[in-house]
Amino acid sequence: MFTSDSIPLQDYLIIASVLFCIGVWGLINSRNAVRVLMSIELMLNAVNINLMAFSAYIDGNLIRGQVFTVFVITVAAAEAAVGLAILISLYRNRTTVDMESFNLLKW
Amino acid sequence: MSISTSTEQICFLILGLIVIGGSLGVVLLNNIVYSAFLLGGVFMGVAGLYLLLNASFVAAAQILVYVGAVNVLILFAIMLVNKKEELKPIKALRTRKILSAGVCTGLLILLFRVDITTPWIFPGPNSIGELSTERIGEHLFTDYLLPFELASVLLLMAMIGAIVLARRDVLISDIGTGDSVNQSLIEKSNEQILLDQSSE
Repeated sequence: MFTSDSIPLQDYLIIASVLFCIGVWGLINSRNAVRVLMSIELMLNAVNINLMAFSAYIDGNLIRGQVFTVFVITVAAAEAAVGLAILISLYRNRTTVDMESFNLLKW
Repeated sequence: MSISTSTEQICFLILGLIVIGGSLGVVLLNNIVYSAFLLGGVFMGVAGLYLLLNASFVAAAQILVYVGAVNVLILFAIMLVNKKEELKPIKALRTRKILSAGVCTGLLILLFRVDITTPWIFPGPNSIGELSTERIGEHLFTDYLLPFELASVLLLMAMIGAIVLARRDVLISDIGTGDSVNQSLIEKSNEQILLDQSSE
């Protein structure tokens, strides 16, 4: 039913790690706040690829990785909603989306 | 090598190129609208990878939730805050980018080393393939029931929180005077309340 010899597990892990590192770089370097949220979504997707690959190759019987992926997708949806609401509320008060100009939590 | 194997490998290669090239575009492109559309492409590519792993339910959930909800939400937010603005120049921005790229490359090399040198336990049990939808349902209502309920509570809280944060026209009146209260962020002080308290 599932041939695990055509694509090795390592290939999925390599794609996921490249995606994760691109997400980290974007998270650090973006100045647009929306792009920061998009980078977080990229990182969450990298983690999801890892969970799905392990669930298919190692835990093929009890697919616990797929259940965790469903939970991660749920939490990512909630995070996107709250993050974008915070972003819009910040934009109303500062009229900018530049990350360098947000210093509300500085003291 | 049979034809199904080579087809699978070609699909994997194309999907990997879509995912990695699209995510590079998301991070590097100047126009944020192009980034948002490319992000949708990356999500579709990840859903294709899930299909290659015989997980059709999660692939459908990925497309419905990420492409259908999260990406559309991001596009709406971009339309709401999209304004031509000149970002203030920062000193040594290029140095910062190169430095962080070096750190990320180091992390990438570390992850590659872990991926390649670790002897993963093979072969595991056979994948159950198309039965996975039923199995996910069993998991959700037996041993993962508590996280499932917590997820529903979390979604409710996130929905209410997002509405409260993003609505502009909630007007709270001051309890003492009945005047409307300045509900801006912290750095704008609430003089009205402070004056009332000092006068009483």
